[in-house]
Amino acid sequence: MSTSAPARPFEPDFAAAAKDAVLSGVIALGIFGPLVGLRTTQNMSNQLIVESHWGLVAIIVGIVAVGRFVLRAFVFPRMAMWKAQPKVESTAEPSFLRRNIKTIGLVFLLFYPVIIVSMLGYQQSIKWVDNFGIQILIYVMLGWGLNIVVGLAGLLDLGYVAFYAVGAYSYALLATHFGLSFWILLPLAGILAAMWGIILGFPVLRLRGDYLAIVTLAFGEIIRLVLINWRELTNGSAGISSIPKVDLFGWITFNVADPNYVGKVFGLANSSAYYKIFLYYLILALALLTAFVTIRLRRMPIGRAWEALREDEVACRSLGINTTNTKLTAFAIGAMFGGFAGSFFAARQGFVSPESFVFLESAVIVAIVVLGGMGSMIGVAIAAVAMIGGTEILRELSFLKVVFGSDFNPDLFRMLIFGLAMVTIMVWKPRGFVGQREPTAFLTERKAVSGSLVQEGHG
Amino acid sequence: MPAPSWEKDPVLSVEHVTMRFGGLVAVNDLSFAAGRGDITALIGPNGAGKTTVFNCITGFYKPTQGMLRLQHGDGSTHLLERMADFKISATAKVARTFQNIRLFSGMTVLENLLVAQHNPLMIASGMTVLGLIGFPAYKKAEKRSIEKAKYWLDKINLTDRADDPAGDLPYGAQRRLEIARAMCTSPELLCLDEPAAGLNPRESGELNQLLLDIRKTEGTSLLLIEHDMSVVMEISDHVVVLEYGIKISDGTPAEVKADPRVIAAYLGVDDDEVAEVEEALDVVVEEARQ
Repeated sequence: MSTSAPARPFEPDFAAAAKDAVLSGVIALGIFGPLVGLRTTQNMSNQLIVESHWGLVAIIVGIVAVGRFVLRAFVFPRMAMWKAQPKVESTAEPSFLRRNIKTIGLVFLLFYPVIIVSMLGYQQSIKWVDNFGIQILIYVMLGWGLNIVVGLAGLLDLGYVAFYAVGAYSYALLATHFGLSFWILLPLAGILAAMWGIILGFPVLRLRGDYLAIVTLAFGEIIRLVLINWRELTNGSAGISSIPKVDLFGWITFNVADPNYVGKVFGLANSSAYYKIFLYYLILALALLTAFVTIRLRRMPIGRAWEALREDEVACRSLGINTTNTKLTAFAIGAMFGGFAGSFFAARQGFVSPESFVFLESAVIVAIVVLGGMGSMIGVAIAAVAMIGGTEILRELSFLKVVFGSDFNPDLFRMLIFGLAMVTIMVWKPRGFVGQREPTAFLTERKAVSGSLVQEGHG
Repeated sequence: MPAPSWEKDPVLSVEHVTMRFGGLVAVNDLSFAAGRGDITALIGPNGAGKTTVFNCITGFYKPTQGMLRLQHGDGSTHLLERMADFKISATAKVARTFQNIRLFSGMTVLENLLVAQHNPLMIASGMTVLGLIGFPAYKKAEKRSIEKAKYWLDKINLTDRADDPAGDLPYGAQRRLEIARAMCTSPELLCLDEPAAGLNPRESGELNQLLLDIRKTEGTSLLLIEHDMSVVMEISDHVVVLEYGIKISDGTPAEVKADPRVIAAYLGVDDDEVAEVEEALDVVVEEARQ
């Protein structure tokens, strides 16, 4: 820089800020006055009357005006100052947290139920282990499974939930009809889902981009519609209930009536929390299996071929790579993990119906992969925590009722806030949480590849 | 006149190949041979059908008519027009580079060279299964393939950039890397589509050395499309000239340089000579039809 101006003690321009705040307040009043302030309802004698919520409007307008004032007076000048300062390349080692995020995360996951139980006791822990722990881990696993197809091979699959459904129904049907154990049906569900992955893979081999997305989306819907309409097999929309619980290889079960119920074996009081904690560790193990296999595969020729396929399919073929087989294995292995997760889901819920496998589920899983940064395992995990944990935590925001009145239901705004958060994150980090690619081999030093060079795949 | 050397032991014989795209005849009844261990150049003005011939040889197009025969040193023969594109590289051992560079830009230089060794590594990893459970044979094979990659990195002077993404390399280095990547498939015939395009004179000199070195040390036969006449005349043993999909000249660089039809095709001719050239072309077309 030519003029290294001394850092000026910054003086907030309160007059301009106040003017700005009033202006934004007026605009907010104009927008929210009619939208929030007036509401028509019926009174006791069925007459249409106008109810006013001027208090709420005042709160919103207040927030907008004060927020604008703070932005204009303090935040913007600071931001301008930061931008004016020459950027110092941080050559320092990444922080301890950043370097060890995988180990820390793993240790936390292993002790999570212990921490929760010791803090809240068995009965209170159920919600936190089940709704947060298990729910998030299912999506982490689904995200990692889909990451193979979308993140590594670059094939946009909008019907991933179909494989989840195949896995869930495989377990539900075979367990209720033939009484087979979870431990036999888990691999079987994976194999069946992989088979359906190949069946989907064949017709879409030639498709790319938008066309591939549409066909996979249609496949997801077809599976769901078959589940609804093939009543003789799947019991239609009513679903399949009383799906047997998982047991620990037959040694310990989680049905109170059984002689080897976990409480009786260890002399504990009856509680449904044991089963939830067991399920937590089961899905954790399944998710870690997915991660382990994916990390191994990335360093194998097939994994490199997937990534090469995402980068340039024509060049792949010129190097003698059978792109048909490469794509099919990506679909099959991705689907297999979806099938594992599905059979776990059925065992956990004890009930499956087509309702659980709607397009929104596929969209959420794709969003997790994209948000996490395509191809990055840790990014996908963070995105799953943010998306699933984030929406779950919104249920817990009952204190907002104090602010917005007793009939305020934060649940209604879940999807709105969710969408807003996604847009914000994508503006802030367009390549996802982890926008870098880890190379799979190195000669002297492992350097991350900038996301701007990595292709997103042709579909 | 004795038969030229390339007719005696051809690595590739192109026989009566025609490629039509709807009504457009991109290549018309083309026949030529590329000798084993030779550097054969395919030249011609823009739109002459050179890249189409390349795409036929490497399987990206299936020729409408004709035969493409590839003979390995051990005597085995492959009919390229009947093979799937990836098989042409995997079993017939024909490698190629592209006119507009097609590297895996988000992968490192080393990874690019490892992807090229996909097929041997795939076998070493027991079709992934054995490698996945940590079989030692795969680890050894991977080490070997890294050694091979290193050998080629040394040749193209990119060893110190092995761990950088391929997309970060300067243009000339990307060209060299693409050649090294093709060579990592251990090809019998290497097809280069305008390897000197966009290179400065020094780089193009280095490229000549690299290509001559490949022929000498690896024994690979080379087929190249090139516009840069300094490259063509300096290193090639045999030149085939195409215009409008028809072969107009075939011979040693000196012979081709002296051929009036080549001069006409490249430099254009005066108005009063047009009829003459057209006549000459008609003769060629007639010859081609027979």
